[in-house]
Amino acid sequence: MSQTEQSQTERGKTPGRLARAWDSDIAWSFRHSPVAIVAGAVSVLIILAAIFAPLIAPHDPFNPATLNLMDGFTPPMEPNAFTGNVYWLGTDNQGRDVFSTILYGARISLFVGFAAVILAMVLGIAAGLVAGYRGGWVDGLLMRFADVQLTFPSILLALLIFGIARGFIPPAYREEMAIWVLIVAIGLSDWVQYARVVRGATMVEKNKEYVQAAKVIGAHPAKIVLRHILPNVLGPVLVIATIGLALAIIAEATLSFLGVGVPPTQPSLGTLIRIGQGFLFSGEWWILLFPSITLLALALSVNLLGDWLRDALNPRLR
Amino acid sequence: MTAFIIRRLLQSILVMLTVALVAFALFRFVGDPIASMVGQETTLAERQELREMLGLNDPFIVQFFTFVSRAVVGDFGISYRLQQPVMELILSRLPATLELALVSGFFAFIFGVGFGVYTALRRGGWLSSSIMTISLIGVSLPTFLIGVLLIWVFAVEFQWLPSFGRGDVVDLGGWWRTGLLTESGRASLILPAITLGLYQMTLIMRLVRAEMLEVLRTDYIKFARARGLTNRAVHFGHALKNTLVPVITITGLQLGSIIAFAIITETVFQWPGVGALFINSVRFVDVPVMAAYLMLIALVFVVINLIVDLLYYVVDPRLRVDRAGAGH
Amino acid sequence: MAEIPLLSVRNLVVEFPSRRGTLRAIDDVSFDIAEGEVLGMVGESGAGKSLTGAAIIGLLEPPGRIAGGEILLRGERIDNLAAEPMRRIRGKRIGMVFQDPLTSLNPLYTVAEQLIETIRTHISCTERVARERAIALLDRVGIPAARRRIDDYPHHFSGGMRQRVVIALALAAEPDLVIADEPTTALDVSVQAQIIDVLKEICAERGASVMLITHDMGVIAETADRVAVLYAGRLAEIGPVRDVIQAAEHPYTQGLMGSIPTLTQTDTRLVQIPGSMPRLDAIPKGCPFNPRCPHVMDRCRHDRPVLIARGSKREVACWLYEAVREEVHHG
Repeated sequence: MSQTEQSQTERGKTPGRLARAWDSDIAWSFRHSPVAIVAGAVSVLIILAAIFAPLIAPHDPFNPATLNLMDGFTPPMEPNAFTGNVYWLGTDNQGRDVFSTILYGARISLFVGFAAVILAMVLGIAAGLVAGYRGGWVDGLLMRFADVQLTFPSILLALLIFGIARGFIPPAYREEMAIWVLIVAIGLSDWVQYARVVRGATMVEKNKEYVQAAKVIGAHPAKIVLRHILPNVLGPVLVIATIGLALAIIAEATLSFLGVGVPPTQPSLGTLIRIGQGFLFSGEWWILLFPSITLLALALSVNLLGDWLRDALNPRLR
Repeated sequence: MTAFIIRRLLQSILVMLTVALVAFALFRFVGDPIASMVGQETTLAERQELREMLGLNDPFIVQFFTFVSRAVVGDFGISYRLQQPVMELILSRLPATLELALVSGFFAFIFGVGFGVYTALRRGGWLSSSIMTISLIGVSLPTFLIGVLLIWVFAVEFQWLPSFGRGDVVDLGGWWRTGLLTESGRASLILPAITLGLYQMTLIMRLVRAEMLEVLRTDYIKFARARGLTNRAVHFGHALKNTLVPVITITGLQLGSIIAFAIITETVFQWPGVGALFINSVRFVDVPVMAAYLMLIALVFVVINLIVDLLYYVVDPRLRVDRAGAGH
Repeated sequence: MAEIPLLSVRNLVVEFPSRRGTLRAIDDVSFDIAEGEVLGMVGESGAGKSLTGAAIIGLLEPPGRIAGGEILLRGERIDNLAAEPMRRIRGKRIGMVFQDPLTSLNPLYTVAEQLIETIRTHISCTERVARERAIALLDRVGIPAARRRIDDYPHHFSGGMRQRVVIALALAAEPDLVIADEPTTALDVSVQAQIIDVLKEICAERGASVMLITHDMGVIAETADRVAVLYAGRLAEIGPVRDVIQAAEHPYTQGLMGSIPTLTQTDTRLVQIPGSMPRLDAIPKGCPFNPRCPHVMDRCRHDRPVLIARGSKREVACWLYEAVREEVHHG
């Protein structure tokens, strides 16, 4: 009897949950926002293409064995003068297929972007929870530090952290570690936003009765914080993380463009643009244009998605 | 008023000391200063002697005090990479950066306020909507990409404007080389200034628009309209002035960011400024230059903060509490 | 009526288009204000008092709009004027005093700057003349040491003093009509009476009419010549203050009267009307007051009551009096 009941509710639940998700405010708002749909589609497309780059890419641009210097500077959609090979988006000076380098470049850009956001998020949430829950001098110290950090542009901080980290790493390992250094630099420069939002929400939640009740029962503070307070701040955190992803991608591209980011052996979109800039005056425009368009499309669509999410989740969050 | 200024000054000094501590830690602990200064053949004893001579064996506090007292008079030591006094390097490149930053800051402010006011007053118009949409793209476009695209269009395709360098410069009094007085200097400034100012412009524009919409909803604007004041007086006399109070603060702080963002623009346009110097110091772990640049940026921020506070004071009579007693 | 009233509002309808359909905030409201008369307008918040004022002076906030009816100033329509001619009427012929003196004045300009700007917008004169006028005005509204204080900023004045400044600003170009929207609500009780006195005196002196919007029946009783009672955007009752107060006819007005305590009447209980005013998107069919009315009849739930004349000066929108009239007819 009770078993059939359970299975019934179970059966009733699964489609119900999906239907509810489809009917939720967020989904409704998504379906009614053409901007969100297009931005979401572009983001997902680029992310999937980056993940499956080894499967999609017609060439492996980083395997010297498959490269033919004779293929260099092939314009898009035109057969190469010497080899007759046709490349969809053309090739660069070393004969690398631009389309393939973009796929692999987006992979690096997105990897750095996501990793940096996760680092910033973990740091920021932890700092915010501690500051908000403990209050007192811990709060004062953390927030003063955040204030000072906030007065400096994050790109400058990232550069500085990057420089300092390189100072600690022996020159022989610098190339190898560059991508991780980059992630740490961007992540560390961007945690303040999360900390502020989480701290504010924590301070509100911690005085609510259910948290007080949990305290009285003698629940461990860490458990209270994770079980009761964290779920309440996930919405705003998600918004900040989405916009943060766009910012991190731009920051990575900027640093790589400045020549202090990923090593040339692992070019990201920023590196590709840096390379492409060198051929502007000689007329090989495609080497610059296509990576630029990809970066712009990625940054803009993630940004728009973040904007939409902010309005959909909480119109007042600014 | 005096108490206010003194309090702000003390706060500024505290911030500078904190940054100095970071810069000093950078100086002292990143890499080995001795290894950066001497060649491979120097003996251990010689190194030890140099260490003692440079005061690297002194207690931390003493070293920090020495660092600060040197920094106050502008002595940041010798660049590891260029073997020149750091201050000399910075001073020779500062005019280029300041000219770029001020021109683009001016451009960003004028157009940012203009567009912001326009889009606030003509809400829903097609031109306003277009400006808002373009501004969103502007926020998403990385600065360096704007620069590269501008070079492509205006320097490569149309060949209207130079794509790198400062053009001809004129020496003013031996310590300031300006590009503003020559035609090629001014032409060279246009693209970098737009590149650097565009992002700040969109920020200012969005801020002005939001503030202006807020102000237009206030009672005193309603009351001004109810008194039959002309739209011009209401919009530009009353609403704009009240809008600018918060805008001034943020714009002032933006000027600081502009100087920091100049790093990117200077790299794109090979502009011989402080930012390009800093990038190279990061690339080659040239610690004295990094430390000095950090202090310089902090100083710029602190000074701008002070000026903004004072401006705020001038613009908003509510802060001038002691004025009523003075009985004008 | 042979004499043209200063202001005549005819069948005014104000609507707010919204996502859930158009909301009617003011529905078929008509009244006149004679030269030199003080008309009190009472009702709960949300009854449409302030919107009526905003509609008259042409400052309805979009998307609110006048969807029907006419507003006539000395017999000329002003509800359909273009922006520029309407602006010339504001301040010059119709002045307005808002509720909160703390927010009505621009904090960044001195009182002198705001007064002189207003005077010179409507009257062509030199700066010096405008300044003298401004000082005289401030003096008249009871600002002590006006000549010295005129160059102070609004935040240098107390709330009551600021409201005097606001009145001076509203009257700066000598308008024929002053719309005072809850002019004392935000003020300290101790200065409310003074402000009302100043407003009343100075308008009487200049022969200006006043439309006094308030939810305070006490203020109306002391100040107004006639009173109009609004409920859910409709006129419930209108008539001379003395008559309405002594013998309110609309059950809603009776309820309102019950809510002012008086010292003279010993047997009056403080009556509270049960329930609350309906929201704009849920105004009941028929008479909007029917769910709260102690005398509700079947008819009230279906037919909207029209204004019924009661004597030469009073009108009331209630079916109770239709029955009376019919009885009189038959008898």
